[in-house]
Amino acid sequence: MTFNTIGFYTLLKKEVMRFWKVGVQTVFSPMITTLLYLLIFSYVLEDRVNVYPGVGYTEFLVPGLMMMSIIQNAFANSSSSLIQSKVTGNVIFILLPPLSTLEFYLAFVLAAAIRGVLVGISVYIVALFFVDLSLNHLGAILLFAFLASSVMGAFGVIAGIWAEKFDQIAAFTNFFVVPLSFLSGVFYSINDLPAFWRGVSHLNPFFYMIDGFRAGFIGHSDVSMAFSFSFVLGFLAILSLLALWLLHTGYKMRS
Amino acid sequence: MNRASSSNNGQPAISIQGIRKRYGRLEALKGIDLDIRQGEFFGLLGPNGAGKSTLISTIAGLVRPDSGSVAVLGHDTVRDYRTARRNIGVVPQELVYDPFFSVEEVIRNQAGYFGVRPEQAWLDELLKALELDDKRDSNMRQLSGGMKRRVLIAQALAHRPPIAILDEPTAGVDVELRQSLWTFAQRLNREGMTVVLTTHYLEEAEELCDRIAIIHHGEVQALDTKDALLNRDTRRSLEVVLEDPDAELPESVAPFLVERDGANVRLQFNKDEHSPVALLNRLQEAGVVVTDLQTRSPSLEDIFLDLTGEQLAPEEVK
Repeated sequence: MTFNTIGFYTLLKKEVMRFWKVGVQTVFSPMITTLLYLLIFSYVLEDRVNVYPGVGYTEFLVPGLMMMSIIQNAFANSSSSLIQSKVTGNVIFILLPPLSTLEFYLAFVLAAAIRGVLVGISVYIVALFFVDLSLNHLGAILLFAFLASSVMGAFGVIAGIWAEKFDQIAAFTNFFVVPLSFLSGVFYSINDLPAFWRGVSHLNPFFYMIDGFRAGFIGHSDVSMAFSFSFVLGFLAILSLLALWLLHTGYKMRS
Repeated sequence: MNRASSSNNGQPAISIQGIRKRYGRLEALKGIDLDIRQGEFFGLLGPNGAGKSTLISTIAGLVRPDSGSVAVLGHDTVRDYRTARRNIGVVPQELVYDPFFSVEEVIRNQAGYFGVRPEQAWLDELLKALELDDKRDSNMRQLSGGMKRRVLIAQALAHRPPIAILDEPTAGVDVELRQSLWTFAQRLNREGMTVVLTTHYLEEAEELCDRIAIIHHGEVQALDTKDALLNRDTRRSLEVVLEDPDAELPESVAPFLVERDGANVRLQFNKDEHSPVALLNRLQEAGVVVTDLQTRSPSLEDIFLDLTGEQLAPEEVK
């Protein structure tokens, strides 16, 4: 089976340019929002909370905030692009060409991953002005950033395919993505939670993204990095299969 | 305009076989069979809701039929969708655009999706032919409706397909733009491109198309050359103006009378059985003096009315 390389690359480039052309909204604003979290939480909690021995709270917090930004922005990219195209009708431009399900899916997910990682990097650069961050395992950091943003890109594709109105995407974001990312250990270690909530947190896929990513920086994690990696990879596989199946059947895209 | 064609000699440009599509209780397409030949200017004529756009969307792969198949230059649109789609350029009916990009960017993107890196010369030629060359760097949002329509055509042709499908390209556009789009479509066809046009403008179909399929309620009601369709109806009208508004028509002419308003008389006859000269002779023999006359052949609209029992909405008949 041949791969429409030019078609895939064009769609990927178009999706990247789509968010890059409004970079203030898609990269700079999320970075500022995250910076506000960082300033407020680190100011209030730096001297009061000590999650891991020898790791300051701000140093603990920054990787969590970075991953939260990655998660939210990767989801926003693919979901908003698809719903916008569907609502305005210009989705026809990418349905008419000979793009396979896989090429379509990869272009959207990779563009989402690029945006997520870009926002993560911008948060990291700004955070360096406030705290010294160690890089315990750069490979793990990059791997978890890429995997998590791909998971959320895939989830955004699914949401974008399913949704018919902008407010349905907003519901996805407000009732699912934001709460799960807030309750995944960004601001605390789940080991500090009561047993019940700790158990619940283990069902939250975002927890493994953040825990593994953070371990790449500080060298400490609530669960083993290998387990987090396997969990996130498995989750990506499930979402990818679902997204590919939806695209293959033409669900809500081709009548 | 030089066009890279992947035409397969002898194959129909588009072959539609037994296409059925149902939306709930509505059967939009009821088993359409149709072959569109390479190089022809083909018209799909029918009122809104007839099934034209559903058929076009099926050819383009936007609609999945319940049964039947479509082949483009011999390539099945499902099994061999890549080759089939590369051979078609579709101009959608809706005035849709991507607000993030400039005119040149959207055209380049469209060619890229089809796996083609457009040469600058081809891009320049397209922009010039569609009078868009001074707008190439303008954002799509800044363009007028007519300009956006032209960009849609440029996007459809960006990958140089041998078949262009124009879905109501002139709906809602002004007379000047309509004329220029007609000229452009005719030019493409002269240069060898198969052009499929859906329209509910009878004038458009009559002016441009070699063959016409009249679609109604999801079925092909007629499929023939424009001339053959027009010749199906053997009725002709003779309209005369009499010198004396009160003149009595002879008995030999009375059976042909359809309408009379004083001096204005309209007669209708079957061209295979009678001639206008014979009717005029009968009037002359009866001493009825004719000061003016006009004959009229049936229009496509009459044919359409006969076949479908429906008239297009008055504002649609231009």
